[in-house]
Amino acid sequence: MSDIYKGAIDCDLHPRVPTPRAISQYMDDHWRDTVDLRGIETWDSISYPPNAPLTLRPDWRKLGADTEPGKAAKETLDRFGFAHAICNSLFAVQAFRDENLAAAFASALNDWLAAEWLAKDPRLKGSAVLPIQSPERAAEEIERLSSDKRFVQVLMLAMGEHPLGKSMYWPIYAAAERHGFTVGIHAGSSYHHALTGSGWPTYYAEDYASQSLGFHTQLGSFICEGVFVKYPRLKVVLIESGVTWLPSYLWRLSKFWRGVRNEVPWLDRSPEEFVRDHIRLTIQPFDAPPSAAHIGRIMDQLQSDEMLLFSTDFPHWQFDGEEMLPAGLSPELVRKILIDNPLATYPRLGRQT
Amino acid sequence: MMLDAPLTPTLDTDADRDTGAPAQARLRIIDGDVHPAARSMADVKQFLAPRWREHLEVYGSRRKLGMGYEPYPKSAPRACRRDAWPEGGGNPGSDLDLIRKQYLDAYGIEYGILGPLGVSGQSELNQEFSAALASATNDWQREYFTKPEPRLRSGIVVPSEHAEASVAEIERCADDPAFAQVFMLTRTSEPLGNRRYWPIYAAAERHGLPVGMHVFGSGGHPYTGTGWPSYYVEEGTGHSTSCQAAVSSLVMEGVFERFPRLKVVMIEGGFGWLPALTWRLDKVFERMRDEVPHLKKRPSEYIRQHIWVTTQPMEEPDDRRHLIDTMEWIGWDRLLFASDYPHWDFDDPFRAFPAGVPAEGKRQILAGNGRAVYRLG
Repeated sequence: MSDIYKGAIDCDLHPRVPTPRAISQYMDDHWRDTVDLRGIETWDSISYPPNAPLTLRPDWRKLGADTEPGKAAKETLDRFGFAHAICNSLFAVQAFRDENLAAAFASALNDWLAAEWLAKDPRLKGSAVLPIQSPERAAEEIERLSSDKRFVQVLMLAMGEHPLGKSMYWPIYAAAERHGFTVGIHAGSSYHHALTGSGWPTYYAEDYASQSLGFHTQLGSFICEGVFVKYPRLKVVLIESGVTWLPSYLWRLSKFWRGVRNEVPWLDRSPEEFVRDHIRLTIQPFDAPPSAAHIGRIMDQLQSDEMLLFSTDFPHWQFDGEEMLPAGLSPELVRKILIDNPLATYPRLGRQT
Repeated sequence: MMLDAPLTPTLDTDADRDTGAPAQARLRIIDGDVHPAARSMADVKQFLAPRWREHLEVYGSRRKLGMGYEPYPKSAPRACRRDAWPEGGGNPGSDLDLIRKQYLDAYGIEYGILGPLGVSGQSELNQEFSAALASATNDWQREYFTKPEPRLRSGIVVPSEHAEASVAEIERCADDPAFAQVFMLTRTSEPLGNRRYWPIYAAAERHGLPVGMHVFGSGGHPYTGTGWPSYYVEEGTGHSTSCQAAVSSLVMEGVFERFPRLKVVMIEGGFGWLPALTWRLDKVFERMRDEVPHLKKRPSEYIRQHIWVTTQPMEEPDDRRHLIDTMEWIGWDRLLFASDYPHWDFDDPFRAFPAGVPAEGKRQILAGNGRAVYRLG
């Protein structure tokens, strides 16, 4: 194994999802009692079936990544020499219909992450999960955590109640921009709607494939609603989106925009320009044939060497072996993806002690 | 997907770009997406039984989008070219003489495949009425367009959510050679590979008819998995996502295992999305093939064999080589030209292609592939 990953910043590591009872230890008496009294013993969405091959890479399953919290993650950081890893908690806070429950779980989950993970290894950084059901309370949660520099990002899912660019969500972006948080959108759904505009797909494989469609919608929404006109310092990271869908979607969006731009007159630049300035993507999974020639052409289509961020998606199974980067990238680009781009994307990462 | 195909052909000069009027007659163009319109609902109504004519008069068309027209106001009246309104009145696409003059004759179109939209029986809440309207739409297409103009061929509109009636409609129309395909919309109540639609695919396969899946429609869900976008520009761009959901579902449900001679044409969603989707499906399939043991081949193989895509609206990257790469990855024999006449985002067969598309590939797309896909007997 080479040491090319030394100093890398892993922008998508998943802590083992805790049980509601474990999280409830970080709640006040009322909510802790609620979890008990109402018997909220499990709160799992269908996004990551616990025994599905995608949920846990077989070799990491052997490492015990699912049984000893933090141990396998630490070993992975040690083994590759990562400088940081950003922890994205995939607990289904977004699935609650009750915003009060969502807010209680989001705060407790974030406090749990800080105590059980971030406090134990300074290399680990956190994403704050938001109670997206109430943008006002989501903004309050951002304020609450703003002084804790270990949190570098706020986290939402690719599919929820509404497209995320809508102005009802702007309090979140105002707070994020004010405090230098990056906005992360991770694959997943609150499942408040069918996964596609044509209903629920039958298979898990299809569900996972459909996740990229949520990113299409969110990207269009952020751009067309003018979020980046209103919040010019905001950066949005699309986490686990698949990456290669982006260029052709942008060609399409830009063509429509040229045709009907009078509908969205606040856009002072083309969609491509907004994307290059404000959108970043984590690199796992990278949906392409494993040929360097194809990947070279796709990199050319992205027309930027600043958009991709390194990620392992630990412990999910999005890639094979120790090859965590697509084939055929130049050493300069590799360094940017591993280190420079994440540092430029996460301003709070540079502010740590 | 031709994974081993050479990438990025050397760019030709602009020499193969047909722009002059005399050159326009050279290619016998097949257009996979032309939209006919009724002058007024009376044109279609005459083909409804009295019971349904009355129903239409009293209750109107009630589609699963909750609105009499579309929920996103278009960029132009009826989303049409402003020069396509007939001088004598009526809607764009309703005057055969203007269609001939402005489009068929002007561009040397050999066949234009009709795709009726609007109140045509699809997405209707009342399923029996849906079936009656689809039949009336098919009769109207025949009387007003394909009988008087043999260059126009049509699609058999089916009431997609009512498979039994859809099959009956295909059986009723299939003997008429003017029908070149079965016509469905991409936004359905269940993903299009779902078993409830299989009788439609069985009937299409039996009659050697491809199934065209045109964007639009409404299955009763928000148009995206994350709710309703605000703007027409988002909805229009997002049609490529409903195409992707359809292709994923058709492949993963094993539709092409069950119907090995079925041909599916995705219409008006562009085509740039297909390579990335194919790569994604292959990857997911490799990880979880135990969930879909009914698939005997990789998703890319089913797609390469069974899916065609129409070109409109043709994507326009800054660097034209990116589009040529994409066409190459999809396969020159899988792309079908479509104009979307008379809509505002019409693609001109001689101007929509960027310079540098290899002449042979362009010929296949404009004039060759359609012959292998549509039933043009």
